[in-house]
Amino acid sequence: MSAPSLQNPPASTGFASNAAEARQEIRNYTLNFGPQHPAAHGVLRLILEMDGETIVRADPHVGLLHRGTEKLAESKPFNQSIGYMDRLDYVSMMCNEHAYVRAIETLLGIEAPERAQYIRTMFDEVTRILNHLMWIGSNALDLGAMAVFLYAFREREELMDVYEAVSGARMHAAYYRPGGVYRDLPDRMPQYRESKWHKGAKLKRFNEWREGSMLDYLQAFTEHFPARVDEYETLLTNNRIWKQRTVDIGIVTPEQAYAWGMTGAMLRGSGIAWDLRKKQPYAKYAEVDFDIPVGVNGDCYDRYLVRVAEMRQSNRIIQQCVKWLKANPGPVMLDNHKVTPPSREAMKDDMEALIHHFKLFSEGYSVPAGETYAAVEAPKGEFGCYLVSDGANKPFRCKLRAPGFAHLSSMDAIVKGHMLADVVAMIGTYDIVFGEVDR
Amino acid sequence: MNQNAATFADELRARFPGCDVIVAEPRGEITLQVPAGTWRDIARSLRDDFGFEQLIDVSGIDYLGYGSDEWDTDVSSQGFSRGVEGRGPGRFKWGEAFTEQAPQPTGIEPVESVQGRRFAAVAHLLSVSRNLRLRLREFCADDSLPAVDSLTPIWAGADWFEREAFDLFGIVFRGHPDLRRILTDYGFVGHPFRKDFPLIGNVEVRYDAERERVVYEPVTSVEPRVGVPRVVREDSRMDTAQGESHDLKINGGAR
Repeated sequence: MSAPSLQNPPASTGFASNAAEARQEIRNYTLNFGPQHPAAHGVLRLILEMDGETIVRADPHVGLLHRGTEKLAESKPFNQSIGYMDRLDYVSMMCNEHAYVRAIETLLGIEAPERAQYIRTMFDEVTRILNHLMWIGSNALDLGAMAVFLYAFREREELMDVYEAVSGARMHAAYYRPGGVYRDLPDRMPQYRESKWHKGAKLKRFNEWREGSMLDYLQAFTEHFPARVDEYETLLTNNRIWKQRTVDIGIVTPEQAYAWGMTGAMLRGSGIAWDLRKKQPYAKYAEVDFDIPVGVNGDCYDRYLVRVAEMRQSNRIIQQCVKWLKANPGPVMLDNHKVTPPSREAMKDDMEALIHHFKLFSEGYSVPAGETYAAVEAPKGEFGCYLVSDGANKPFRCKLRAPGFAHLSSMDAIVKGHMLADVVAMIGTYDIVFGEVDR
Repeated sequence: MNQNAATFADELRARFPGCDVIVAEPRGEITLQVPAGTWRDIARSLRDDFGFEQLIDVSGIDYLGYGSDEWDTDVSSQGFSRGVEGRGPGRFKWGEAFTEQAPQPTGIEPVESVQGRRFAAVAHLLSVSRNLRLRLREFCADDSLPAVDSLTPIWAGADWFEREAFDLFGIVFRGHPDLRRILTDYGFVGHPFRKDFPLIGNVEVRYDAERERVVYEPVTSVEPRVGVPRVVREDSRMDTAQGESHDLKINGGAR
């Protein structure tokens, strides 16, 4: 680095108050943000080139959570990778499973029974609410509003109980299977037992919704949920600080949204009414009634409004699914035992069922050669699975298209010229989860 | 949707006579397979003339060993081992060659793919205005240095997807402004999603108490292990899907 010559003085000379200062060259500095930072939403490492407090260049370094999910999927039978899908975007578990399972079903040329499709629709929406609650809580926390987080996690807990009731796991459910869902909805919702801390009137209040089936519980939830969303809105929508931090911050124009491959709320926040659930319906989305909320300005505030409105719409969809599921019992898995396991009872006295069970859980099923791309409207955007099969019992290539990956790649273009604190607002509004970005 | 797909496929055939238009029936998924070196120009006209505003995804594929299996399911159970002898996907270490189980009991030889049919770049396009999807594929002409043109001048969002395909498959995107690794570690060697890259990896990392720093060493803590053999079975029950398969000429039509 050569010292600035007198013929070519640095730009700052005009502002210098003495000769020593005039010789100083003011240069941008580089700031390392993360990977261990509470606002980094996991393991994001950002190299920020700053001019004072203004971002000149942002270079996100990702891959710290890369586990090679797609390569692992190539070495095991199709069904054994469903559990990996939960661990991609680990706050919208069942939506990831849905994309993978749909890809397999498309290649096999099978379709899940109607009841299973309604269950999938319902759980996709439960998942969407779970995801948006996580997002609203953590985004508000990043921008200095602590209380929303506590409110949001109260409802998350109630929905996770639904996950647990149906699959046995609060998060990583592995509930969707090619040909349907693993089992039917439980007739009884688990209840709290009496203990030193839960007893009397309190215990009764805890178990109030849990007297009937899981669907009764979910119905009670949907009746109360809109009022809960009102509570979050009371805390944020007209909050002056919240608006100062989000209005006109991180504006994404429709052209940018297209160019950067943005989907989901990022695209809808910019005023483009695109939703796979409406435009390319899968499961039972064509049968349920809901609206697509869109933004106007494409800033962080609009995306906030879009996601809050989506929670209300999801609530509506769940209500419709609950109503249908209560009225229409039926099978939740196909009867094709080349793909789905036979019942436990059948296995005990039917040789063929036993063979099917053994072959299915050891070798798996062979999927005809071909390739497909199956996408679902995950809470964060379009989550897709590009599946290539060469006719074997394992995928030949399984590429997972994560919405967060495309969104994060636009970071540099969007935050350029913003202040450092706005980067945090932007990470929050992208709704980044590193499980899916790094895969 | 199907009628729509058929007319759209005809539209594509008329506009790009040199390309292979593959329609997967009955679901109507369309793949446009373009000749080497043409995919950027074709992508541009797809965006400008066909209304594909969005690039949804770019991924690499390594077709090495496509269609190979570890059990021969056609022979009877007589005189045929249930053991796996080849070094199929996941069954070899760093430095060992990827092989398939050749017709038994003759030797096991490394798999060779047809030149120019090993690596492919696949892009998925979406038209919001026409509600259409399209898959675009270009095979890389050179197996030793696979390369295709970058799509970044057309869709800015191609940036990271191409970096990922470069990182994982070693496919070079000509004209990419910043082709760095993205998902693997700083200083990583090799392209991990290639079929001849071991599943267990090449290096492992641990903290060395003596040297008081993290050290990289060849993998010794795990052995290559795959629980289930790779099996290709013709299942007549899956007839519906048979019509969708298309010979990509990866194995020279031998299989």
